[in-house]
Amino acid sequence: MSRLVVRPETEIQATANSLHFDLERRVTGAPPGLCPLDLASSYLKVYSSQTCGKCVPCRVGLKQLEKLIDDLIEGRGDMKTVDLIERTAETIYASADCAIGYEAANMVLKGLKGFREDYIAHATKGHCVAEGFQAVPCVHLCPAHVDVPGYIALINAGRYADAVRLIRKDNPFPSVCAMVCEHPCENKCRRNLIDDALNIRGLKLYAVKNSGHVPVYREGEHAAEATGKKIAIVGGGPSGISAAYYLGMMGHSVEIFEQRKKLGGMLRYGIPAYRLPREILDEEINTLLTSGDIKVHTEVSIGGDSYPLSKLRSEFDAVYIAIGAHTDKSLKIPGEDAEGVMSAVSLLRRIGDDNYPDFKGKKVVVVGGGNVAMDCARSSVRLGAERVIIAYRRRLEEMTALDEEIRAAEAEGCELFELVAPLKVEVGDDGKAKALWVQNQMISFIKDGRPTPKAASHEPVRLEADIIIVAIGQGIESYNLENVSMNPRRGTINILDSEQIPDMDGVFSGGDCVTGPATVISAIGAGKIAAANIDEYLGFNHPIHIPVDIPAPVPHNRPACGRVKLRERSVDERIKDFSLVEESMTAEEMIQETERCLRCDKFGFGTFRGGRENKW
Amino acid sequence: MGFMKIDGFPVEFTDEPNVLSVIRKAGIDLPTLCYHSELSIYGACRLCNVEDDRGRIFASCSERPRDGMSIKTNTPRLVRYRRMIIELLLASHDRDCTSCVKSGDCDLQRLAHRLGVASVSYPAHKGHHPIDFSSPSIVRNPNKCILCGDCVRVCEGIQGVNAIDFTNRGTYATVAPAFNKELAKTDCVNCGQCRVVCPTGAISINTNIRPVWEALSDPDVKVFAQVAPAVRVAVSQAFGGERGENVMGKIVAALHRLGFDEVYDTTFGADLTILEESKEFLEIFEKGGPFPLFTSCCPAWVKFCETRWPEFSKNISTSYSPIQMLGSVAREYFADPAKNEGKKILSVGIMPCTAKKAEILRDDLKRDGKQNIDYVLTTEELITMIKRAGIQFDKLESEAADMPFGMGSGGGVIFGNSGGVMEAALRTLCEGPDRPAIEALRQSGVRGPGPLREFTFNYKGNEIKAAVVSGLAEANELLKQIKSGEKFFHFVEVMACRRGCIMGGGQPAHAGKRTKEARKSGLYDSDINTQIKKSNENPTALAIYDTLIKGREHELLHSHREK
Repeated sequence: MSRLVVRPETEIQATANSLHFDLERRVTGAPPGLCPLDLASSYLKVYSSQTCGKCVPCRVGLKQLEKLIDDLIEGRGDMKTVDLIERTAETIYASADCAIGYEAANMVLKGLKGFREDYIAHATKGHCVAEGFQAVPCVHLCPAHVDVPGYIALINAGRYADAVRLIRKDNPFPSVCAMVCEHPCENKCRRNLIDDALNIRGLKLYAVKNSGHVPVYREGEHAAEATGKKIAIVGGGPSGISAAYYLGMMGHSVEIFEQRKKLGGMLRYGIPAYRLPREILDEEINTLLTSGDIKVHTEVSIGGDSYPLSKLRSEFDAVYIAIGAHTDKSLKIPGEDAEGVMSAVSLLRRIGDDNYPDFKGKKVVVVGGGNVAMDCARSSVRLGAERVIIAYRRRLEEMTALDEEIRAAEAEGCELFELVAPLKVEVGDDGKAKALWVQNQMISFIKDGRPTPKAASHEPVRLEADIIIVAIGQGIESYNLENVSMNPRRGTINILDSEQIPDMDGVFSGGDCVTGPATVISAIGAGKIAAANIDEYLGFNHPIHIPVDIPAPVPHNRPACGRVKLRERSVDERIKDFSLVEESMTAEEMIQETERCLRCDKFGFGTFRGGRENKW
Repeated sequence: MGFMKIDGFPVEFTDEPNVLSVIRKAGIDLPTLCYHSELSIYGACRLCNVEDDRGRIFASCSERPRDGMSIKTNTPRLVRYRRMIIELLLASHDRDCTSCVKSGDCDLQRLAHRLGVASVSYPAHKGHHPIDFSSPSIVRNPNKCILCGDCVRVCEGIQGVNAIDFTNRGTYATVAPAFNKELAKTDCVNCGQCRVVCPTGAISINTNIRPVWEALSDPDVKVFAQVAPAVRVAVSQAFGGERGENVMGKIVAALHRLGFDEVYDTTFGADLTILEESKEFLEIFEKGGPFPLFTSCCPAWVKFCETRWPEFSKNISTSYSPIQMLGSVAREYFADPAKNEGKKILSVGIMPCTAKKAEILRDDLKRDGKQNIDYVLTTEELITMIKRAGIQFDKLESEAADMPFGMGSGGGVIFGNSGGVMEAALRTLCEGPDRPAIEALRQSGVRGPGPLREFTFNYKGNEIKAAVVSGLAEANELLKQIKSGEKFFHFVEVMACRRGCIMGGGQPAHAGKRTKEARKSGLYDSDINTQIKKSNENPTALAIYDTLIKGREHELLHSHREK
């Protein structure tokens, strides 16, 4: 026998590896609403299949844990079982010889902490806390619960206007979301089980590009009969407009109070035009305002002495506060007040008002790693900057910006500097910024699920900069909102799950000012909830229902197939202007992509319960 | 070198290989199920976990001592975890303790009791593995196995046999021979070291107590026993006596009480082995080869050599091992109707060895197709029988072994130690009653520490190169060197078990360092107290050459193995 031999990968190992990948996708596509104990027990089975069998805690303990959790699931356990599970898991975690054992136990310990209620419910009542149905994943995960399988079927059938109407039932902003939505609907797409999630946002873009103008009402349709109720909406961003849209349909009189010159909020003052063209935004907003009796007041601030909230409340039957999160967080480093240092919000707000600064020949450093940082960097490129650096405290992997945004920024020539923390701004005699000094970081322990950086033993580095853009997150406007209950740590407004502000009759709130800076679609979802609950608060129950018949599914889509990607305009061309970067799918691509949809509204549990809700 | 703190007390360490050894040196008997100082470190049982001053928990067997270390060995957490680990072990173990062969002597049982496991939180486990009774020496019951791996490591690391290993992965892991063959169909040499280290009843001695006991009460059967040298220094402790104490007289008395008609001393057989083997050696030595001559007393070694080194098997002496010597001449002796009184004769060997149970079945040791020995009982089985019969061993009056095979030389007694056979053989080559020569031999290197000793002996102006080795893995290395010509010897003694028969597979387990030493010196001290030092001066042995076996030495005292 030779001393060493070549060992090519066996077919067994290759197959096992491919099954591992299948499992990864299956876990990605895990439907929401599973029994967490069943999950823990199933994972334990997977984990204990990895044990080598050497050390006692791992070899014996994991199997015992699995049995104990099964006892709970099958109604044989009680609180003593829960206690034994906990003690066993702790023992394994502390004493197993390698990570195969102790991390498996850690999984159970995390579950005991994270879904303890379920453990207790199983032990005492014999069932889950979780609801007993499997929702359609995309619909469930969309904060506005848009009927995704429905509109994909309509797009496939070429009924683009119907698709837009169906989307508007739950989300008044199909065009905006077609361009800028973070598409949580795709996260657990069941198609992951076969190949990859559907490009849902891409399909929506296809629909809005091909639908032509779709008025709110078809012929013969109109808003509900006027109720005579007046509702004030503070903030004309996506959340406020969504609420206004539905409340208008319900027959209420709505007045929107907007602080800035134009409606749109962050859609206008946060997202650059190359991602969301202004004419599309304007057209969408103008259409939405026709849903009913909606008046708009711009450049009006609510709160403080000039127009106290209590006064507004007394003039209206209900109030919805959706003021967003527009103030910037500062770096709190020396030299931050130098000329050339600006906040992301102020830059994007200027661009939002079509007041484009000139960065020609300037060296720009953007501090931050979120979508806003990418927006600033990519805008800087378009404003003529000679060189753009994105400086981030952690690693690329930790950036909160969407991958496609990071890739696009890099493609457009932005340089990514990972693991650098700003130290000071070097200011010239003229009071202008000359450079940003940064301290190299090293990535270290993981806290709350994210690796944290710490200062590395390294000399500070000088990044030459005429313009420094700070994009490290936003807070909500420090309005004087009198008795509004606030979360002091996060600086957000506290609400009940009905979105009503505690102890303030008839005042509701939602969107970024409640959640902190979040996504467009969650703001829209909050507006939808506000509309429903304000309607109810006022003593009505106007259902929102858009009669569109959905084409029946055709089951022909099992072969694994790649996900269609949207093309982008060439870099050379697109960096010269603020026009839309993305291009729509072709008809051919649209057909292939829509046919990948597994129609979870019709197959699986969706056909019975949790499938389609025609109205809300 | 350094200091560490154990439970707040400073403890100095020098060359201890791990923290566990330092803890034990400090007088704390930290529980373990998979740690043996002579085996490789495995870290499977996790019972020796300790906590450092930062609250980190680690297995002390697998960690080197470091200067300034501060550890605690019995925090409430550790105690809780240890107890739970025992519970987990019991959860995967056939918990039918009351009828287990190991009950009362089981490490798992002992630890469960010591750590206060009053109940087991997990459901009882039903064993489903078949029990392997195929080997005449060893019984394997996988349902009792806790996968500590001690047996695997002793078989691989100390014996170099690899008859058993872990099979199947993870939760379904078991210890078994390759392809789940029966043990009897493997290269297992029956040494029984696996059962010595086994903490539970998973590997035990294949016992022959029952048929022997039945024969003892059968008036038509005359049962005689012979007691091997190493047995006499390994019994006392089981009855509250001193470790290593030679209690041959009490053993003889106990065997008589049990109903054995005659009790002989295998030392007599050992003298015959020496007489024949030294004759054989001198012939070869004068002829000039083939070298080396290997001793034949150890059946585990003989099987190992036959399976792994067949080219050397012709170098093994054909002389019977002591048990066979005595068995063979006694058979001849009892062939006389005046001696057998018309009864059937049953020959039983009381041995420190499990491999002897296999040896007696060998065809090359049979005469006219009949075994020289009918049953072998190990020291452990002897103790069991004495206890079972209710004989108060410690109160027995010593009795002498029966004649004509009850007398042996000092050379015969030290057979039980590694190096003893060689020393006894070379003693016979010393001229006359030459005390200084015998003393010089003792000092030559034939005794001493370590599994391998090489030395020379001057015989009539010629140098005899000799080696003694114990532990088959060590022997295997030596054979490699002999084969390659790197080393040369005239005469080599091999014993399969480290330290020789005193640590045989049939001896009481749980023999620590002190017990090992005591057993060894127990035999050497017996030699000192013997009037006859040399096998060739044992008058009873010499006498049979002129009577019982006259002219039939080769037929009665040698294996007819192919040479």
